[in-house]
Amino acid sequence: MPTIRFLLTDGAELAVEAQNGRSLMETALEHSVPGIIAECNGSAACATCHVVLPEEILLALEPISEHENDMLDFAEAPRESGSRLSCQIKVSDALDNISVRIPAA
Amino acid sequence: MSLDADHPAAAKPGDESSIVIVGAGQAGLSTTEKLRVNGFAGSITLIGEEPDAPYQRPPLSKAYLLGELERDRLKLKAEDWYAKNRIALRLGMRVASIDRARRRVCLADGAMLDYDRLVLATGATARKLPQAISRGLAGIFTIRTLADIDALRPALEMHGKLLVIGGGYIGLEIAAVARGLGMTVDVVEAADRPLARVASAQTATAVEALHRSRGVTFHLGKAVSELLGADRVAGARLSDGTIVAADVVVAGIGGMPETSLAAEAGLAIDNGITADAYGRTDDPFIWAAGDCANFSLPEGGLRMESVGNAIDSADVVARNIMGARQPYRPKPWFWSDQFDLKLQIAGLSRPDDTVVVRQGAGPGRSHWYYREGQLVAVDGLNAPRDYLIGKRLLAMSASPDPAQVADPVLALEVLASAAK
Repeated sequence: MPTIRFLLTDGAELAVEAQNGRSLMETALEHSVPGIIAECNGSAACATCHVVLPEEILLALEPISEHENDMLDFAEAPRESGSRLSCQIKVSDALDNISVRIPAA
Repeated sequence: MSLDADHPAAAKPGDESSIVIVGAGQAGLSTTEKLRVNGFAGSITLIGEEPDAPYQRPPLSKAYLLGELERDRLKLKAEDWYAKNRIALRLGMRVASIDRARRRVCLADGAMLDYDRLVLATGATARKLPQAISRGLAGIFTIRTLADIDALRPALEMHGKLLVIGGGYIGLEIAAVARGLGMTVDVVEAADRPLARVASAQTATAVEALHRSRGVTFHLGKAVSELLGADRVAGARLSDGTIVAADVVVAGIGGMPETSLAAEAGLAIDNGITADAYGRTDDPFIWAAGDCANFSLPEGGLRMESVGNAIDSADVVARNIMGARQPYRPKPWFWSDQFDLKLQIAGLSRPDDTVVVRQGAGPGRSHWYYREGQLVAVDGLNAPRDYLIGKRLLAMSASPDPAQVADPVLALEVLASAAK
């Protein structure tokens, strides 16, 4: 089970065990990670699960869809180069030990 | 009862207190979570009538019915979350009554549970067809719970003819899924267009056109007089005499707030459980959240069946139980997935609002609603950027110039920057 390190807006780190195959958003919700609301339950309709990933990991992920890309442009917290919607990221061993930052709105 | 904010009930519950939450849907679960986040250290019991631990409802009529999302992934929390957060989860259990004088609930198995605060998050139930129409036939379904969908799915997989009664969101989402599974689909709607009570004519027309282009047959301005068949449903006779063949019928004719428990306890009921702007009912020890609650807000009563309302009202109720005195400020928003259309709606439009259409360069478009010159709602049809900008403008009570909104050449960023 990969470990995901959520970096919270107050600077604290919350390391959680994640299950392969679930989404990063689901992982965050299961552990009540503050700042991940995910009102649309993962259908990329609300942009309330915005996270910033390390740039080196982005290339290892499936490419971003046009819809997600558009949603990120106007998410509540300003978009950064590592921005993704965590509901669209599947947890795998490749994500073990990565830092997932919750951007401040 | 005339208890004001100075009554002891307004004080925070202490570490020895117990809070009981009736209803283990999104609102009930969110309330438990937010009580812990806001520092409540006493006991929490979450009681659900369904056998399943709290799960996501929106995907039921979409990805789950299509088989794209496994059952396990519907769960809102992992199994060990409840123990870790010291939440006593009672599933498959109905609450029979509330004894307000003794502050305890009576469960269907006869057990009593004391509370210092009670939260009613009883949700809504799907309206069923009258017996005179359904005649007790097999093959008729409503859509609300996981069990409803698990019962419906095998019927859809027989690839026959589906008749959807009611052209609202649930009905249209089921229609889209069934077409995707190769079924013949008819939709009967009493109004002259689908989504008549829940979307503007412009949005409804676009959605209707999409469904027609994918082979859905509409019977508009007609009602179902009677369902036909011996034991299983075989068809329907409509109000104009038309006979429509059907192997499966889905009734998507709206939801009703689940208020029976509250009503029997003598709480005020008016299109839902009456709650003040803080989420408190007319009993200072009892609160209400989610689909079942009708909040008395300065702009009028507000009852909404949506995930956003469940999460946000639960948050406010949990904070206020912990003494925040923070009124509920709803930010209504909804979405629906049908075929390849993602419809996103922010705000609440009314039929007489002025509509401004923004046609994007691609297939997406958005509809912007103005009332007395003020932006009140935005619908994005495969237009997530328009939707999010609109939502942001609405949150700020900003109102962009309609001429700018309608100008397809004007970059959306210009509208967004006006909101900064």
